[in-house]
Amino acid sequence: MTASLHLPAVLRPSADGQGILPVKAATVGQALDGLAVSWPQLERRLRDEQGVVRRHIQIYLEDTDITDLSGLATPLPEGARIYIIPAISGG
Amino acid sequence: MNETVLLIGTSKGVLVARSDRARSRWELEPLQLVMSSVYGLGIDRRRATPRLFAGATSEHWGPSLFHSDDLGRSWAEPEAAPVAFPADTGAALIRVWQVEPGLESQPDLIYAGAEPHALFRSRDGGLTFELVEGLFNHPHQPQWVPGGGGACLHTIVPHPTDPDRLLVALSAGGVYRTADGGANWEPANRGIQAQWLPEDQRFPEFGQCVHKVSSHPSRPERLLAQNHFGVYRSDDYGDNWEAIENGLPSNFGFPVVVHPHQPDTAYLFPLQADSERLPPDRRCRVYRTRDAGQSWEPLTRGLPQSGYHAIVLRDALCTDQGDPAGIYFGTRDGEVYSSLDDGDSWQLVASHLPDVLAVRAALVA
Repeated sequence: MTASLHLPAVLRPSADGQGILPVKAATVGQALDGLAVSWPQLERRLRDEQGVVRRHIQIYLEDTDITDLSGLATPLPEGARIYIIPAISGG
Repeated sequence: MNETVLLIGTSKGVLVARSDRARSRWELEPLQLVMSSVYGLGIDRRRATPRLFAGATSEHWGPSLFHSDDLGRSWAEPEAAPVAFPADTGAALIRVWQVEPGLESQPDLIYAGAEPHALFRSRDGGLTFELVEGLFNHPHQPQWVPGGGGACLHTIVPHPTDPDRLLVALSAGGVYRTADGGANWEPANRGIQAQWLPEDQRFPEFGQCVHKVSSHPSRPERLLAQNHFGVYRSDDYGDNWEAIENGLPSNFGFPVVVHPHQPDTAYLFPLQADSERLPPDRRCRVYRTRDAGQSWEPLTRGLPQSGYHAIVLRDALCTDQGDPAGIYFGTRDGEVYSSLDDGDSWQLVASHLPDVLAVRAALVA
């Protein structure tokens, strides 16, 4: 499926300034696997080396947190929009 | 132009202060690696232009090890993660706590100490690192526990003359050393007390909470250690340790640093106690020995002597290699002080910073 990954401004330097990246993948996890190849610096901002999404990051498929769906196994419909959202946390 | 570079790692990023060789005036550059905590600083002076390192962890975006080849004016990281655990370990990097260059005879060798407890080694000047599996797979490893700062390998002391010997310290695992380049490791904690254990078990083989170890190249077998309860010296590269606390207001603290030109001179910043991690009498006092720990004296000139509540963390005390040597420390209330007279007097280098986690300094051509 062809989908798009939408990045917060703080991550765009890790994608040559782009805010939206096209991805081809069947699931959210596969989309991130693809990032590990094409944008490795960006991918490791999102997941650790064991593939676990960093704890203060939320990933939304359209308007739903993927933790309320099937997590990284959430399937991607054609044209899906994935949003990376830094959680409100820290001090 | 000759200059001195002072790296300041804070909870909100890294700063570079610059001075000419006189080191009397400092210019502080804007914060970089913003919103990351920078515990691990390193300066590789074996290069024509020293390479600087900053182990930075963003609460949102994770850890990495950045380097600078323009003396801190810009920072970069490789495309691939410079420090990462192999997939089969099941571990994931939390923080780079320490960056330590190898010997002059090993020009591209760099060590990194990590959380969770691990040692990494780079053979390409610090761009890519590999896990030192001999330590990570040590039979004691499952029994190492996190100290208050985390499960960190925070100290790396290369033996100054033998490239196969290396000593590391972990919280809380204790001191370990290798004599074969990292394949095999043995604990080296004999004589160090673990005061929190039952009375008949206070000298275990490992598990002590060492906070920092420092040595001098001209005395390769002598080590000074600040522990969680106890200041110690070893004269045999860790075979045996004995307490050296005469003149100290307490035996708790985090940093210890040996003077770069005077092997019998070293510095501490004692705190009241484990249960009261504040300066004794609420005074800002560095303690100095000039006799390798036989006695200690407080250094106060130029430092706040009342109502003082800040502390100095394990890597926030350092020296440069100048003559006279510069001695520097940073505090958790965001101040950095320096001394050019072996600690007799101190000057404020910077204030109103985020809390200082680490400092490192070098004179560069």
